[in-house]
Amino acid sequence: MSALRRILDPVCSLRLTLFCLAAALVLVFAGTLAQVRFGLYLVQEEYFQSWFIWWTAPSGNLMLPVFPGGHLIGAVLLINLVSAHIRRFSWTWKKLGIQLTHLGLIIMLAGGLATDLFSVHSYMRIKEGATSNYSEDSMNMELAVIDRTEADTEQVTAVPGEVLADGGAINHESLPFRMEVRGFYRNSKLQMIGEGASSVPASTKGTGARVAVAAKPRATRMDERDSMSAVLEIISVKGGESLGTWLVSDSLAAAQEFEADGRKWSIQLRPSRYYKPYSLSLQDFTHETYPGTQIPKNFSSKVNLVDLDMKDSRQVLIYMNHPLRYRGDTYYQSGFEPDNSGTVLQVVRNPSYQAPYVACVIVSLGLIYQFAFHLVGFSRRKKAATTS
Amino acid sequence: MNRFIPYLVLLVAALWIGSSWMYPKAGPGEFDLTSFNRIPVLAGGRIKPFDTVARNSLLILSGKQTVRLSEGGKLSASHWLADVLFNPKKADSYPVFAVANQEVLGMFGWPQMDKKYCTYEELRQHIPKIDEEGKLVQEIEAPKRTPFHTAIFNLRNSLYLYQRLKSSIHEEGTVDFGKEIETYAAAVAAGAETLKAGSAPLDKERMALLRSAAARYENQSQFSYLMVVAPPAGGKEGDWLTTGAALMRVKSPDKIPASVAALADMGDAFRANNPAAFSKVTREYAGLLNIEHPEWVGRTSYELRFNQMQPFYHSMVLYVGAFLLACISWLCCPRGLRKSAFLLLMLALVVHSFGMFSRMYLQGRPPVTNLYSSAIFVGWGAVVLGLVLERLFRDGIGAASAGMVGFITLIIAHHLGSSGDTLEMMQAVLDSNIWLATHVVIITAGYSAMFLAGFLAIAYVVLGLFTRLLTRETAQKLTGMVYGIVCFATLFSFVGTVLGGIWADQSWGRFWGWDPKENGALLIVLWCALILHARWGGFIRQRGIMAMAIIGNAITAFSWFGVNMLGVGLHSYGFMDKAFPWLLGFVISQFVLMLLTRLPANLWRSFCNAPPKDVKAAGFLADSAPVAH
Repeated sequence: MSALRRILDPVCSLRLTLFCLAAALVLVFAGTLAQVRFGLYLVQEEYFQSWFIWWTAPSGNLMLPVFPGGHLIGAVLLINLVSAHIRRFSWTWKKLGIQLTHLGLIIMLAGGLATDLFSVHSYMRIKEGATSNYSEDSMNMELAVIDRTEADTEQVTAVPGEVLADGGAINHESLPFRMEVRGFYRNSKLQMIGEGASSVPASTKGTGARVAVAAKPRATRMDERDSMSAVLEIISVKGGESLGTWLVSDSLAAAQEFEADGRKWSIQLRPSRYYKPYSLSLQDFTHETYPGTQIPKNFSSKVNLVDLDMKDSRQVLIYMNHPLRYRGDTYYQSGFEPDNSGTVLQVVRNPSYQAPYVACVIVSLGLIYQFAFHLVGFSRRKKAATTS
Repeated sequence: MNRFIPYLVLLVAALWIGSSWMYPKAGPGEFDLTSFNRIPVLAGGRIKPFDTVARNSLLILSGKQTVRLSEGGKLSASHWLADVLFNPKKADSYPVFAVANQEVLGMFGWPQMDKKYCTYEELRQHIPKIDEEGKLVQEIEAPKRTPFHTAIFNLRNSLYLYQRLKSSIHEEGTVDFGKEIETYAAAVAAGAETLKAGSAPLDKERMALLRSAAARYENQSQFSYLMVVAPPAGGKEGDWLTTGAALMRVKSPDKIPASVAALADMGDAFRANNPAAFSKVTREYAGLLNIEHPEWVGRTSYELRFNQMQPFYHSMVLYVGAFLLACISWLCCPRGLRKSAFLLLMLALVVHSFGMFSRMYLQGRPPVTNLYSSAIFVGWGAVVLGLVLERLFRDGIGAASAGMVGFITLIIAHHLGSSGDTLEMMQAVLDSNIWLATHVVIITAGYSAMFLAGFLAIAYVVLGLFTRLLTRETAQKLTGMVYGIVCFATLFSFVGTVLGGIWADQSWGRFWGWDPKENGALLIVLWCALILHARWGGFIRQRGIMAMAIIGNAITAFSWFGVNMLGVGLHSYGFMDKAFPWLLGFVISQFVLMLLTRLPANLWRSFCNAPPKDVKAAGFLADSAPVAH
């Protein structure tokens, strides 16, 4: 029993709480300052959504954990909170506020962790008059290999961009060939041969034969993003002969076609797509400004939602601070195409989006109760002091 | 006698405030600028009086609200604006463009000096150069600009604003606008007649007149800074027009919009230096608008009164007074002076509240909509809390801290307000009164509490180190105050932060995005949690709480302003680099004050001769050893 206690005591100790809070403080402060140099997305990945912050030696081959990352601090704090809650729980009116507050915090931390792990963000772009049934995540790329032999159907095999980053060979039962990664660039720049310094073609076949590829440092600014590229060698599974190397890149808009095993194929590196079991068509996009100025007053998209499964068809107005929530997805008015010709909707799938709402109510009630309890005690004592 | 001092102080202060309520009355031989000031126009997306346009434009150009003439004497903002609109040639000779950058002065071949107010005349020949340099600066990101870049860029913007202002009613160089528009309207009517009759073509002279007028009015309409032509009764905000646009719709001389005709007459009288005629037309026009658009004129009249009163300036002075009285009350005459400080603080709060609620009425929004208004609200909240403390404890400490925070925040607001209209329109994403009223107000109230707690802690350090006033009882009382206010700050910061997350979830699709402003709010919450838990665990006692509350000042200042200076994230509306040295200085000063709390007891005047029991209670000796509980 005492051995167990010796282990459990530190886990639910106040010292650990203080340590976690202080570490979180340092992490948040450092992470905020680091955004100036590395940008929001990179810092978010390396500081807040990680177990450790890694320091890379100048030589580049040594990595040391230098500080606990957001996930680690959050997880320890969560364990500390839950165990302290269980250990010290006592049902008294005096402690009610504290208990409620910490219960709310547990819900909030757990919800935050779940959001980090399970939420998916993507964008849906629709031109006025057009219809879309998928959203794209431009932060994550996918290699789409499409069988285009039949004119009216497409058989899509999607390979996540992270798989390309790992290198090696990519095999899939639906493909009569394998793809070996010959080069990978998380952020890259393409240049026509002859224009830039390099004159080495990126690949032997396709667009890459006329283009040179070079690595670029990761994007740090809010208005920039990485442009991923890879060079793949396509090798037939049956004969083992090479079909040449191909350059795929986020910067290449069109898919490249080739033939293998008597079928027509196309490959393209594109933002990951999430297909929906329903579709949205944009009827009208409006961009209002205040009279006589360029200050935006409101953006709104009038869309038609058609869902054949649920036999649902209706008109929806999506505008600032008024998203559409439908079948687990939430659509926010996020941006617009140049000339107001179309809308950009942010699509978020977050199964735990309600956690903060619940937590906020519980914590607020707890804090108000606790401070009111103190205040009443204080004024009673003060009254007693003045009357005596 | 002692009993009357507080009320005497209050009376004097109230009279001083009351005197600002009076409008300067125009004499018979003077231009009636008060009526002119009241006239509504549309600029920057909202309807405001000429007075506001004048003050804000002058603030942008020169950083002041009056013009100091080179031959001595002062010119009011509205008189300056009247010159700019109606008599630009005269206006060109006023020294209103502030240039403080040595390199810019050098570029023009002027001797180096502290700050030069130049006239448009002086700058005219350098305009091509300024324009060229300014365009280059536009390509550079704001955080990477040098002081020279910023100065030249601002000068270019000032010149552009000034030129647009000059063209807000008619083109520069217009002599008799009243006659011009009548001739024009007659030509339009004649043209319509001939068209209808389908007979002879319009005579060449009229044709040419119409063509050149159309080109000029089109130009004016494009360039005008103001929309001065009010729609007919019942019109909406979006129906305001520039004079050019209004004239291009004119069909005949009797259809000239009342606004255009009145402004033309006002301008002609002003140029002719005929105060009587100017005042008559101006009053008539103001009266007409009052009948047609009583709601707009009601609001602009109120705004004029608000501008005139300068409530934040007055309350700022009163806060200093209250602070000084409270400080002196510790040395002599405690009761009378403390009461005076309390009453003065009440009066200051009334004036401050008047200003804040006036802004809410004018804007139709909750109190905090931009950095400027956040400074006003932070001060207001801190003063309210400080007054409550003063009422409870009656020891002058609450009053002194409240006066100090009120003064500092209003000074900050004053400097933030020099960049133009502080009642600007809200960006689309912020256009939500519910969230502005809850998230923004609550989080700003959290800042108020953090600052008040921090300044109470500073009072503890100053009183303890340099005076003998920090008795055991006072020290305990102060600790109680700081603890209570930190609790309050925890509640508000936490709830405000979470509400911000929920707003973000509603409008951007994520509850939390590690954006700098969000992180700043989180830092405050974490710091409050640290203070409370460290105290509950007995890790810190009196001096520890004070030290942490002082650091709370630095953290709050970082989260309020520092994150905006980083220039990243979604909340960076209101980027300001000029304030960076001030922020840094403030943060360093707080760390120094925090270190002072660590000095040994024999250096504290209040503790060096105190009984050991008291010294121990203050947290000396036992600061780091947790007490059993």
